[in-house]
Amino acid sequence: MSTATAPAPIGATPRPGPSLPSLVLLHAKFSVLETIRIPIAVVGNLLFPTLAMVFFVVPNATVADNPVFATAAVGQLAMFSVMSTFLFTFGSGVAEDRALPFDGYVRTLPAGVAPRMLGRVLAGCLFALVSLVPLGVVGALLTAATAPPATVVLAALMVLVVGLPFLMLGLAIGYRMSSKAAIAVVQAVLFPLAFAGGLFLPAEMFPAWLNAFSQALPSRAGRDLLIQVLTGQEAYSLALPVLIAWGLVFTALAVLAYRRDEGRRFN
Amino acid sequence: MEPIVSVRDVRRTFGDVVALDGVSLDVHPGEIVGLLGPNGAGKTTLLSLINGLRKPDSGTVRLFGGDPRRASSRFGLGTTPQETGLPATLKVGEVIDFVGGHYSDPMGRDELLDRFDLRDLVTRQTGGLSGGQKRRLAVALSLVGRPSLVLLDEPTTGLDVEGRRALWQALRDYHAEGSTIILTSHYLEEVEALAERVVVVGSGRILADDRLGQVLAHVNARRVSLCTGAAETDLAALPTVTAVQTDGDRAHLLVSDSDAFVRGLVASGTEFSGLEVRGASLEEAFLSLTGTAGMPETEEVAA
Repeated sequence: MSTATAPAPIGATPRPGPSLPSLVLLHAKFSVLETIRIPIAVVGNLLFPTLAMVFFVVPNATVADNPVFATAAVGQLAMFSVMSTFLFTFGSGVAEDRALPFDGYVRTLPAGVAPRMLGRVLAGCLFALVSLVPLGVVGALLTAATAPPATVVLAALMVLVVGLPFLMLGLAIGYRMSSKAAIAVVQAVLFPLAFAGGLFLPAEMFPAWLNAFSQALPSRAGRDLLIQVLTGQEAYSLALPVLIAWGLVFTALAVLAYRRDEGRRFN
Repeated sequence: MEPIVSVRDVRRTFGDVVALDGVSLDVHPGEIVGLLGPNGAGKTTLLSLINGLRKPDSGTVRLFGGDPRRASSRFGLGTTPQETGLPATLKVGEVIDFVGGHYSDPMGRDELLDRFDLRDLVTRQTGGLSGGQKRRLAVALSLVGRPSLVLLDEPTTGLDVEGRRALWQALRDYHAEGSTIILTSHYLEEVEALAERVVVVGSGRILADDRLGQVLAHVNARRVSLCTGAAETDLAALPTVTAVQTDGDRAHLLVSDSDAFVRGLVASGTEFSGLEVRGASLEEAFLSLTGTAGMPETEEVAA
């Protein structure tokens, strides 16, 4: 890049700007601030999995009093919580932001797509982790669920990793649709995937056909991989390939949606 | 001197609509340029090419010598959000910090807010500001990074007279510190108050590019029409005539001083009837000039 070596108006000499990590943190902070100013968005997301735990798992002695079942139940709801956070933050969240003129302004700031995207991912992960805290506390105090601290930490990281395909699905929806459509689509995708993935009812209770179908879903694959970390109960052998395959499909959809949006609005 | 902004033979369409057609423009350090033209003339599209939001269908755009679509070319650029687009739940100070975080030596909250007389609002959520305050904050955000080039799209639209004056002063002060400013406006008054160089844009083309004074002379033109048998060259020789167009025996002229013209016309003994004099609109003044008298489309300011 050739430089404008004019008698130095302020800022004319191109200087290196802030580093990528600091830009990512900047965008993450912005994203967090925007979200927490609408407390209902945070609280609703925070409470739903915990309430499901309180109403459906705690009173059910067969599950609640069995350490393996109870721990698995916490894992299932944790999976749901992360799925829901990622789908909503990246689905309807991105769609809403795209509708704001401020988005166009932010694009003129000296930051590429990476800080914007990674900042949002970081903020989404933070909210996802926060939503796991009350769930874990209720599980530990009111049921027989138990796991060594190191396992809990590992599982918390694992749940973010197995949530990645849903993050990509969220982005694909957010960059493809208007915010109203995105909310509807996120809900239409989230609940069937969660149910059929065994996040509400344990997959062990499914009839054989549903179990087979379930194993082809990313929600089930993620759930079983997470539970393997939590309780040691082996996931089915195709769980990882299934999760990766969906991850690739959703990533491709997200990239296509992003490019299409970019092309439509900013080319 | 290397131009800060260099636009070369740019064409840009949106579907069937040609927003810009064959536009070239160089802006040099320290200039303050007003892009003047009616709504839909292509001013905003031109800005969106310079700030990297869009790319031209053909032609090139350079910002500080680089591609404006690359983030690294935009460190010295300040732009302004539309006032309706501020994130409503964020506080004024938070928005300033967010924008400032993109630059290595940003203006502090206090310095920035003082320039725009917004100091008391630092802890207010932007959604609670009045329209004028939002407008001022939006313009203030363009200066956060101490940019050497500021792009402003209709900076004072919706402000009252006092607010407009205050904003103009803040921009003049910033320009006096050595920056370059490009602003769009469809108010002649705004361009007159700020710009030294005026680029008139109409129907996607640059109709005139000249010092403010020259452009004002065109804009203050009167449109005169009369029926006469006189030749175009004779009419063109009459006082203050800048353009002549004949349509049968009816002649349409653009004159910069209609009184002097009429006196000259009568004194010259030219036969005429049906004399009409009326003001020419900004657009009309330039369109008719370029359309008939062959005024150069772009009169490059000596660089």
